[in-house]
Amino acid sequence: MKSAPALLAPALRLARLNRRFLPLAVTVCLFAVLFGAGSYLFDGFFSLQVFLNFFIDNAFLAITAIGMTFVIISGGIDLSVGSVIALTTMVSAALVEQHGWSPALVIPLVLVMGSAIGLLMGVVIQFFQIQAFIVTLAGMFLTRGLCYLISIDSITINNEFYVDVSSHRIPFLFDTSITWNVVIALALFAVAVYLAHYTRFGRTVYAIGGNEQSALLMGLPVPRTVVLIYTFNGFCSALAGVAFTFYMVSGYGLHAQGMEMDAIAAVVIGGTLLTGGFGTIVGTLFGVLIYGTIQTLIMFQGSLSSWWTKIVIGLLLLASCLLQRLFERSARRG
Amino acid sequence: MTPRPSAAELLRRLRRLTRRSQFWPLAILGLLLLFNLVSNPAFFSVTVREGHLYGSLIDILNRASPLMIIAMGLTLVIATHGIDISVGAVVAISGAVAAALIGGELVLHGGTGMEDVTQVPLPVVILVALGVALAFGAWNGALVSLVGMQPIIATLILLVAGRGVAQLITDGQIITIYYSPYYVIGNGFFLGVPVSLYIVAGVGAVLLYLARRTALGMFVEAIGINPVAARLAGIRARTITLACYAVCGLCAGIAGLIVSSNVKSADGNNAGLLFELDAILAVVLGGNSLAGGKFTLVGSVIGALIIQTLTTTIYSAGVAPEVNLVVKALVVFVVSILQSQVVRSWIGLQRGAEGGR
Repeated sequence: MKSAPALLAPALRLARLNRRFLPLAVTVCLFAVLFGAGSYLFDGFFSLQVFLNFFIDNAFLAITAIGMTFVIISGGIDLSVGSVIALTTMVSAALVEQHGWSPALVIPLVLVMGSAIGLLMGVVIQFFQIQAFIVTLAGMFLTRGLCYLISIDSITINNEFYVDVSSHRIPFLFDTSITWNVVIALALFAVAVYLAHYTRFGRTVYAIGGNEQSALLMGLPVPRTVVLIYTFNGFCSALAGVAFTFYMVSGYGLHAQGMEMDAIAAVVIGGTLLTGGFGTIVGTLFGVLIYGTIQTLIMFQGSLSSWWTKIVIGLLLLASCLLQRLFERSARRG
Repeated sequence: MTPRPSAAELLRRLRRLTRRSQFWPLAILGLLLLFNLVSNPAFFSVTVREGHLYGSLIDILNRASPLMIIAMGLTLVIATHGIDISVGAVVAISGAVAAALIGGELVLHGGTGMEDVTQVPLPVVILVALGVALAFGAWNGALVSLVGMQPIIATLILLVAGRGVAQLITDGQIITIYYSPYYVIGNGFFLGVPVSLYIVAGVGAVLLYLARRTALGMFVEAIGINPVAARLAGIRARTITLACYAVCGLCAGIAGLIVSSNVKSADGNNAGLLFELDAILAVVLGGNSLAGGKFTLVGSVIGALIIQTLTTTIYSAGVAPEVNLVVKALVVFVVSILQSQVVRSWIGLQRGAEGGR
């Protein structure tokens, strides 16, 4: 006969697992509640297309938030993503419209550019041991400034490829449709989940966020991973920039202003701890969906002005941070 | 006596000087001013026009005043090993409160001038606006010190929601202020000197007194260096941390009044945009460490002046204003790399080698 503790072990493990996934569960429940409330309050809210529109209108936010999740899990922060998005739209627009480059050349180029910016910041953060906050702040100024050096005006894109991709609708189930941006975002999501949970790189990211010193002592390649994290986030920002170019069909230095804060908010609402070491990519996706639901709810409501989105997001951020504190305290006690 | 020892003595004095916390910020400011003097000899001329002082220097001081005030408040927060990224939003809120209280009603006076109309007396306007700012600062402080949230995330909440609140107050509009006594705060002159500079001096004097003539400054530094040790030493770490955030909010509120008075309107969306970043930059440029601990209020004021001088220099040098952001970014990169432990220890090694020779 097995002893009682041995019998109890699986149940205990499940309970521990539950506690670990509690923040994610809360995020998913919150999304369900918001979506349910919308469906109850407004006719036509409960439809697959409305749900898909969350993805369509926030694909770029999802892309950049996925990159940000890695940064935050590792205990860092990146304030430059909004400006990298703006720079990507600007460089794409300028090269395609004013210099007649082919999109087949421009898109890989901007992706390399974004990764290079991330690489540069990662190197400065890692090798000079400067706070990520201040380095990426400088990166934010730099990339925003570079946008204005290209042009202070908005550049409209008339290139066939961009216009086609932006208006192209891919048929989905039950007469609904999605855009290429959604495909890009979901593809990146799949890659990110694989990276985070099934690779050595992903485990190192979590280890660094848990305790950088321990990770180093364990012999993990901390410096290389930190640089890679920021490079990957730079790549994600540039990819979000490409998606944003498809969405807006223009390049402008004021595009995506403050999107770094939206991305951080989505990640935190998605249950990732800002202290690092804990979080999921799935949670971030739900964080972005919650963002989209609130926007759509306010749009459906009609009489509420757009700034209510900001206030509600702020309140949600507050609520999720308070919840996180509560979890931490109960975890310490339990 | 040979001249050699005196040269060595001079060198030693110079070295001691460079180790003083305000040396490098002042040197950067001096270099910027020197550059301006060379490129434009009229830069330093200050003339009296209509009883007011006019000139580039006065202009820099006047324009830098909101930033100087915020940078001083933020210095205290950063000294506790915290950060406040919501100051820009609080600037917008305090301006919005003031404008909403005044009312934004234009009454023409005899077809030429406007009549000064306000719904509530000016002192009430100022007190309420500052009270709201103080309350938001205290809110940040409560989240950090009582709830135990990370400072960057606690103030991120207000950064995100604050602009929404400001737009809520102004109803999404830009409220124009038609009340000339209010203009005095940001545009007025007293004895030839801009009123905003008196405000800077007043805030600076109070904060310097509290920080250097009472034990409060030392308490703040103790909290920044080691909060647990500070608490065990009997310092009320929570209360003092909360107070630092509240003071920072108040400073942002004062800056908000100056900004809204200067442009004679309140714009919930754009007032004080990116101020938080400029303010952090000013504090860091002033020689303060983001890791907390020892702080210098004067340094942060110099940092704010460096930023404004840089901006004015770029404008007056005829370079496109868009370059401003790029230059600022490069300055942050260089300064933060110079301040980093790696470079410092490298310089330290060099010095050690010299000393051993």
